[in-house]
Amino acid sequence: MKIEERGTALDDQYLLSMSNISKEYYGNRVLKGVNIHVKPGEIHALVGENGAGKSTLMNILFGMPVIYSTGGFEGEILINGKPTSIDSPHTAMDCGIGMVHQEFMLIPEFNVTENIKLGREIGEPTALSKVFGNLLEKMNWTQMSAEARKALDSIGMLNIEEYAKVAGMPIGYKQFVEIAREIDKTGIKLLVFDEPTAVLTEGEADRLLEIMRLIASKGIAIIFITHRLTEVMAVADSMTILRDGEFVARKEVEEITLAKIAELMIGRKIDKLVDDNFLENRNLSDEKIALEFKDYHVDMPGERVKGMNIKIREGEIFGFGGLAGQGKIGILNGIMGLFDTQGDVFAFGKRLNLERLGEALRNDIAFVSEDRRGVGLLLGESIERNITFSAMQIKDEFLKRIGPMKILDKAKADQHARDMIKLLDIRCTGTSQAVGNLSGGNQQKVCLARAITMKPKILIVSEPTRGIDIGAKKLVLEYLTKINREEGTTIVMISSELVELRSLCDRIAIVSEGKVFSVMKPDDSDAAFGLAMAGVGEEVSA
Amino acid sequence: MSKANSLLKKAGSILFDNKVMIAFAMICLAAILLSGSSLSFIVDGVFTRITRNTFTVLALIIPVLAGLGLNFGIVIGAVAAQIAVFWVVYWGFGGFGGMMLSVLIATPLAVLFGYLVGKLFNRMKGAEMIAGLILGYFADGLYQLLFLVIIGGIIPVDNPKLIISGGVGVKNTIDLTGNLKYAIDSVRMVDIVTVLFYVVLAITLVKVVLHLLKKYQLKKNDLILFGVAGVIFGISYIPVIERFLSTDRLGLLDALTAVLIVLAVIQLVKIGKSLFIEKAQPKALVKPIAALVVYGVIYALTFIPQIEEVLLFVKLPVLPFLLIAGLCWFNHKLLSTRLGQNMRTVGQSQSVAMASGINVDQTRVIAMIISTVLASWGQLIFLQNIGTFSTYGAHTQIAQFAIAALLVGGASVQKATNKQAIIGVILFHTLFIVAPQAGKQLFDNAQIGEYFRVFVSYGVIALSLAMHAWKKYKKDDQTPTGGPNQESSILAPVSVKQEIQK
Amino acid sequence: MKTLKNFYDNIGLPRLIIGLFFVFLVVTSIVLGFSPAAIFSDVLRRWLMYGTLVLAMVPGIQSGIGLNFGISLGISAGLLGSVLSMEISFLRNWNEVLGAGAPWLTLLLALLFGVVMAAVLGTLYGMLLNRVKGSEMTVSTYVGFSVIAFMNIVWLSLAFKNGELSWPLQGRGLRNTASLSGSFGGLLSNPDVVKSTQPAGLQWLAFRIGEFTIPLGLILVFALLCFFVWLFFRSKLGIAMSGAGENQLFTTSSGINVDKKRIQGTAISTVLGAVGIILYAQTYGFLQLYNAPLMMGFASVASILIGGASVRRAKISHVLIGTLLFQGILVTALPVVNEVIEIGTLPEVLRIIISNGIILYALSKTKGGNQ
Repeated sequence: MKIEERGTALDDQYLLSMSNISKEYYGNRVLKGVNIHVKPGEIHALVGENGAGKSTLMNILFGMPVIYSTGGFEGEILINGKPTSIDSPHTAMDCGIGMVHQEFMLIPEFNVTENIKLGREIGEPTALSKVFGNLLEKMNWTQMSAEARKALDSIGMLNIEEYAKVAGMPIGYKQFVEIAREIDKTGIKLLVFDEPTAVLTEGEADRLLEIMRLIASKGIAIIFITHRLTEVMAVADSMTILRDGEFVARKEVEEITLAKIAELMIGRKIDKLVDDNFLENRNLSDEKIALEFKDYHVDMPGERVKGMNIKIREGEIFGFGGLAGQGKIGILNGIMGLFDTQGDVFAFGKRLNLERLGEALRNDIAFVSEDRRGVGLLLGESIERNITFSAMQIKDEFLKRIGPMKILDKAKADQHARDMIKLLDIRCTGTSQAVGNLSGGNQQKVCLARAITMKPKILIVSEPTRGIDIGAKKLVLEYLTKINREEGTTIVMISSELVELRSLCDRIAIVSEGKVFSVMKPDDSDAAFGLAMAGVGEEVSA
Repeated sequence: MSKANSLLKKAGSILFDNKVMIAFAMICLAAILLSGSSLSFIVDGVFTRITRNTFTVLALIIPVLAGLGLNFGIVIGAVAAQIAVFWVVYWGFGGFGGMMLSVLIATPLAVLFGYLVGKLFNRMKGAEMIAGLILGYFADGLYQLLFLVIIGGIIPVDNPKLIISGGVGVKNTIDLTGNLKYAIDSVRMVDIVTVLFYVVLAITLVKVVLHLLKKYQLKKNDLILFGVAGVIFGISYIPVIERFLSTDRLGLLDALTAVLIVLAVIQLVKIGKSLFIEKAQPKALVKPIAALVVYGVIYALTFIPQIEEVLLFVKLPVLPFLLIAGLCWFNHKLLSTRLGQNMRTVGQSQSVAMASGINVDQTRVIAMIISTVLASWGQLIFLQNIGTFSTYGAHTQIAQFAIAALLVGGASVQKATNKQAIIGVILFHTLFIVAPQAGKQLFDNAQIGEYFRVFVSYGVIALSLAMHAWKKYKKDDQTPTGGPNQESSILAPVSVKQEIQK
Repeated sequence: MKTLKNFYDNIGLPRLIIGLFFVFLVVTSIVLGFSPAAIFSDVLRRWLMYGTLVLAMVPGIQSGIGLNFGISLGISAGLLGSVLSMEISFLRNWNEVLGAGAPWLTLLLALLFGVVMAAVLGTLYGMLLNRVKGSEMTVSTYVGFSVIAFMNIVWLSLAFKNGELSWPLQGRGLRNTASLSGSFGGLLSNPDVVKSTQPAGLQWLAFRIGEFTIPLGLILVFALLCFFVWLFFRSKLGIAMSGAGENQLFTTSSGINVDKKRIQGTAISTVLGAVGIILYAQTYGFLQLYNAPLMMGFASVASILIGGASVRRAKISHVLIGTLLFQGILVTALPVVNEVIEIGTLPEVLRIIISNGIILYALSKTKGGNQ
């Protein structure tokens, strides 16, 4: 058989074929020639780290407006062998593609039937509707409840009442209602599940996997996006692995192991981002602890810390890595006082009372938040104002006394800002330029400047190089290393980019399920990192 | 032990949910007792005001359900009505015909205004209420420009009864006696019955034609409706009944009796249906039989002399009440259509509605148009009943009073029902009537009573807005995804969600 | 060309239109023969009269509670302080006992009462606003209205002996308008009052140069208030407050209690409202009770928005420019319009249209800008 013919035959047996998909956002290439093929009735997992491109790929499949408003994509989508152009979620629906989102698209005040039939209600024509259009059709709740009942039954949800209000239901049930809604759509051929088990309890997650098998057995294909590799092995038939926007492999579940998946996800790049010519004359010892967490909890929705125990040594560069939603982002947010915390945090042996605002700042800890625009900056204010703000409020710097008032010492503040601009090479038109007008990289430098103006002994940076250009990235990382080596500043770096962590850190703690899963060395194997990220193996506390 | 506890809990939560209404009712009661006014006076006053104001209050319900909050912009609907009334009076039309002409002029204006307001609100999602508030004042300014400067100044209008001496600007008050006063109130029942019959006849004919054209399926209900209409029409020819129906007013006693009879018949039909058609258990009959007993008791109460005296004293114009009932029915019917369901969905969550394929913007605009048109009709009813057209004042207070009344009835920024509107009008206007006298008795100063009622009307709105915002703020604190109706997006810092980075 | 475009972008179309309209009115006035000196004096007087009330908007906006429609609270405190002070002054017969000093004491006492009450009320009001984050503007509007309505009851119940304040025959209840001519009216701004009641050393408070009236006393007070507000927002506390208004998360993570800053901002705004109404009354010469202050909140909001402020950021320059334009248009429009058409009420109508139109525009723009 000729290759082209075999090619077509192969294409025909696939329900969905996305070939050579590429996408760039504002010059940033997020997908490079990615392929994904799914057979009818197949449960196909889509696996990869943060930033691997999974969500973007699904947005393209779903015809989301954000794709088209940022320049469209390259590549081809075939449904049952026929090239298809999916230009809106509505078209996707017409092609039989449904999606169960991470954030439920449910209305709590409505009952299950209303939610299942949202936007697709069945109406009976009335005299008025014949004249004025289908908006005036009478709602046929009897028929809709019957169909909702059928949808619920088909996924085994016999004990969910179609008349019950969604508001009081446990999260698992809400998700099942979402699923029932997709099933109810006529002609559904492919269902995408985007991290469905993230919010479920263990029992609910098992239930969900059962439902997936049930759905697949009816001939509906499933694309299952998850980072829980055990689930992939438990329920998937095959998987596609992406890494850094590139297609790595398509494998059947029988022919691969967990460890191998992890390894493929992480990849082989260990090129250091930071030059090695920094002196190593530090004396790191377990006796001198800069920062200690004991049973540390942070109530940050979506990034909960659930009992963290770790000791960070003075003068160390310590990294926190892990997948999104596992809790590493919550660590700093708790210290900043933005979310409720429990447990103990010790800075140089002294217990921090995080209920008091500014406690960390007053104890020589400075930080750079991962949300620089939302938390890290006063976008409408000048560079000078931003850089000097914390030091002014916490340490009374850049102020001069006039009678009972403490007034801004403009000259001092201005000078310091200029020094910082020079030190970090902040590209701007002057100290009074509004920070909102700077590029991402320069904004990040302003955040960093504000932190180091505090002259901290411990500097915590969260996602320090997210969304900034290579040049700025290098500068920030090199600067961090510099102050660590030259001034002995303890650096805690929280990042989703393993490469950056492995370039700088002395030790890296992988956070999974809100706890420290294991503490690794930068040159531990890729497979070890992958498994740790997936939460597979034994928990270790250090 | 626990059953009593849970009953207590239930009672407590009912009390708490309706705290505004109950508190207000108590203030009302106190004021009634203090004022020493006769019951007839109060009941007559309340019913007159119900006739006048309920339609407008009912017009507020749809925007609440569609997530637009309290429609402070109904002033604009009132303005449309007033523009129409001026021209109708100027051209010399009166009576029911004049009123119909006013409707004909006001409605397209109201549609246009409602459309513009809806578009504006779509640009200010989350701040509709403050926008509506300011818009009301802005519209008042434009209205004054029209009536004070343009009419007479730019558009020549020559009529000393309407125009200020000097030739420019409309007079402060226009007397509607002789043209539009009581134009709706004074429609006789027998005429209503006749018109209704012909309307039903026309609708049925249209349905039959559509059925023959195979575009529509005639239903049993359609024929039943026609039958009932025909029977009533036929009955109206019997001399005794014809004489009875020849007035425009119905004594309260007669009205109450008629309503009780109708309700009793409905319950009997329910009982009959469940017994013979659905063969339900005896337990299902408890509710209808209990209802019948209640009706019987109410009827018996009307024989008490004091109550009977009041009921005989008060006479109600029929058509406005029918219109109010009609609007209640319309609100109800609308919600059972696709459009109504869409409105509810949009009102609950715009993002979910949009993701489900509903045209959120269009739905909101339609809701505003409907509300504005209804408000304009409500203002027409108001003006024709009150008989004097206070040119520069008639429209300014209605938003306040209508919204306060709705809130007093227990509605909130997110939920409003017909029942709440009616209860609210009763309570609010009762206070309105008795407050001056109560003030006089208590403080020897009737003016204080008047100020008190104004304070209460503002205070109720402030309280309701604060309570709504309090609850909403607490809820948002726990779940990061906020719901509709927030000004916070105006005041909140800009935070870019880095979706692209995932 | 680029600077011109920058200028245009910074100002925005509506402000440009309003500015040009004002210039047009001034020019037309002069052309129609009105005395430039009189125009200047009138505009200056109105500018100073309303200035502090508009200044009161700044702390509110900066601390994050948005447009303070509830400034009626501060205004009511100021009015209450004034009537209390006038009653005391009457009962203690200060006019006879203290001579030229009497109006000063009355004024100072009024300010004292007003400021203290405003501080307390403002703090409570700030606590309420903290509970209703996200709906500050709607709630504040109606709280403002309710307060005015409540004060109506208070005014009507007070039984004062001061004939200027009370209705003569009633025995209870204050007049709608109380004349300040026997009290502190015009003390800082009216040359006639200053000439007849004050010693030679204080004649500089208000004087005439030809046809120009220079209310130097009032100018100094207003300038001083503006300076203090400006200085405040360059202080540690003021900078923290501005941060709280711009980005709550940023400010919280810098160790500042955002809620507390909002309360402080609201309190200062309310206090300035009290001071503002007292200065207004002294310039106008009358104390206006009952429903007169109902829409003052709207006028102040409109003024600062015209001056270039937004719902979230406001500077002193916005206050000065905005009040000048808004009041200037109102003052110059009336005579001009009277010459052309005989409608006395047109300026009032214009005021309603312009002030509400500009608020509407500012609200819609902010929303749009955020998306």
